[in-house]
Amino acid sequence: MAQVQDIEIRDSATRAAQVAEELQDVQGEKMVLNMGPSHPATHGVLRIVLELDGELITKADPDVGYLHRGDEKIAENMTYTQFIPYTDRLDYLAPLANNVAYALAVEKLLGIHDKLPPRCQYIRVMCCELARISAHLLGLGAFAMDAGAITVFLLTFTEREKIYNLAEAASGARLTTSYTRIGGLARDIPPTWCAQVRQFLQEFAVTLAETETLLTRNRIWVDRLRDVGVVSKAMAIDYGLSGPNLRGSGVEYDLRKAQPYLCYSDLQFDIPVGSVGDSYDRYLVRMEEMRQSMRILSQCLEKIPGGEVNASKEPVNIPDGKITLPSKLKVLSSMEELIHQFMLVTEGVNCPPGEIYFGHENPKGELGFYINSHGGGTPYRLKIRAPSFVNLSILGELLPGCMISDVPVVLGSFDFVMGESDR
Amino acid sequence: MTALESANQIKVQFGDIISEPAEFRGEISLKLADADKLVEVCNFAKKTLGFDFLVDITSVDNYGEDPRWTVVYHLRSLVHNVELRLKTDVSEEKSALPSVLSVWRTANWHEREIYDMMGIRCVGHPDLRRILMWEGYPYHPLRKDFPLAGKPTDLPGVAFTRVTPMEGGPFVTLPTKEDSIAREPRVRVPEDAEPGVSDKRLVKK
Repeated sequence: MAQVQDIEIRDSATRAAQVAEELQDVQGEKMVLNMGPSHPATHGVLRIVLELDGELITKADPDVGYLHRGDEKIAENMTYTQFIPYTDRLDYLAPLANNVAYALAVEKLLGIHDKLPPRCQYIRVMCCELARISAHLLGLGAFAMDAGAITVFLLTFTEREKIYNLAEAASGARLTTSYTRIGGLARDIPPTWCAQVRQFLQEFAVTLAETETLLTRNRIWVDRLRDVGVVSKAMAIDYGLSGPNLRGSGVEYDLRKAQPYLCYSDLQFDIPVGSVGDSYDRYLVRMEEMRQSMRILSQCLEKIPGGEVNASKEPVNIPDGKITLPSKLKVLSSMEELIHQFMLVTEGVNCPPGEIYFGHENPKGELGFYINSHGGGTPYRLKIRAPSFVNLSILGELLPGCMISDVPVVLGSFDFVMGESDR
Repeated sequence: MTALESANQIKVQFGDIISEPAEFRGEISLKLADADKLVEVCNFAKKTLGFDFLVDITSVDNYGEDPRWTVVYHLRSLVHNVELRLKTDVSEEKSALPSVLSVWRTANWHEREIYDMMGIRCVGHPDLRRILMWEGYPYHPLRKDFPLAGKPTDLPGVAFTRVTPMEGGPFVTLPTKEDSIAREPRVRVPEDAEPGVSDKRLVKK
């Protein structure tokens, strides 16, 4: 018969502090270790210069920028619509969510972000939540693999493949989706898409439960994660952490609840928060977020206006010829639409002068776009507030005091992506 | 407390150096006339008004205008769930403003990025190094007078030291009434581009 065992919860007054005390008397030379930029545990091209006293880290200097492509500079030189494919390449594990975030930011500048057609809003929410599951699955798989549990990686990647199939069915591309347009979507979802999502949810629930049995009460997993990389509530806020990393430290702040956008206020979901702020809490928060995303997805499947096949012909684009492209039939048969199409393609969506900031709850945290417009079809200045960039800035303070073997765990639990951090 | 009330409180506390709160798309912006008072204003916003979360710091290059730089701070109060934008101008001769690292520690990397990309120094920052570009890179790429195609940099061992061949792109038409040569394509020609280095069309006036 199965026996329920309690896991001993040690005092979270950091295990590392104890280790540091024990090692204080030991005299030795400090060693500088260069970790990355090409290291499997740094998930991309993060480089950390570590100063070590034995196995104990005394100083850590994260070095970013190896993937800098000058996205903000590029954005100043093209129309708003032309920049959409570049957003795919920010957090390339959740391109759909980036597309939605960017489109919403430009729509906020236009003043139409709360006037989107309901069907468009529901499809966008479903895309965001699928992207969230996909990003968390990769984060979890890579995290577990770094800690030695390779099975999890295989399980999560099998499920991610299904999400890629869904993205392909909707947008035509698996990775570089570019699914949104300013004021709507590239196209409506195909008629069988909702059924595919429903089937995915059924299969995913099984895999998620299986993954959970492999990890959550696993002695090795718990021992390696618990009390490692503890971020207190005050520290998390001070360092501007966002997303699961902020909530893992016990701050109940989620932009989907705090500043509801799209149709999130019509949907029921909970915000999981951690209690200690260690790596284990961040892991638990992500696991629960995936379950909440499933919950949101099933509600969207029920509520989506027009239903699965869109029998009532609900629009997915704003009916404004100066913002969204007209249908090809109209372009070829009507003068006004032809002019609209020509102006939109050559000069872009004409945005009013002004400045806005829009923060979107992305899988990694708050993806924000600050757009400074002088009017016209190109932004004067576009700043991307990348969650991974901000989340990584805490490492310099968090890593000292940890053991070298804790570094992959801390990095894995922060779940960053360098494409977004370096822009 | 709403964002407008917070903005008005800052206005009452600091008087003339704070502009009237401006609203656009539901967001409140304040402009601080004297950048030297920045830390005081931020401290007041954080400690008295509860703006405990610094979302972002951005810099804007108003090329051809005086003052040239605008630095933009996005503040948020997690308790009251309000946001406020605080802006301040910095002249080109000065190109420096006080660091707010003592108020929010998240400012560290944002200020390094501003120094790296725009070349505005944050006085009081203990570790003002480049962050996205490499150490020793001589330019500040987000400045408006820096060409999109880049500038040749003399850095032995680094592969990308030449101007990017733009092949005539990016293909964007500027909404102006000028003739089509002025409107497209919008490539900024690097002033010191070596002839023959990249596409011939780049150096043609």
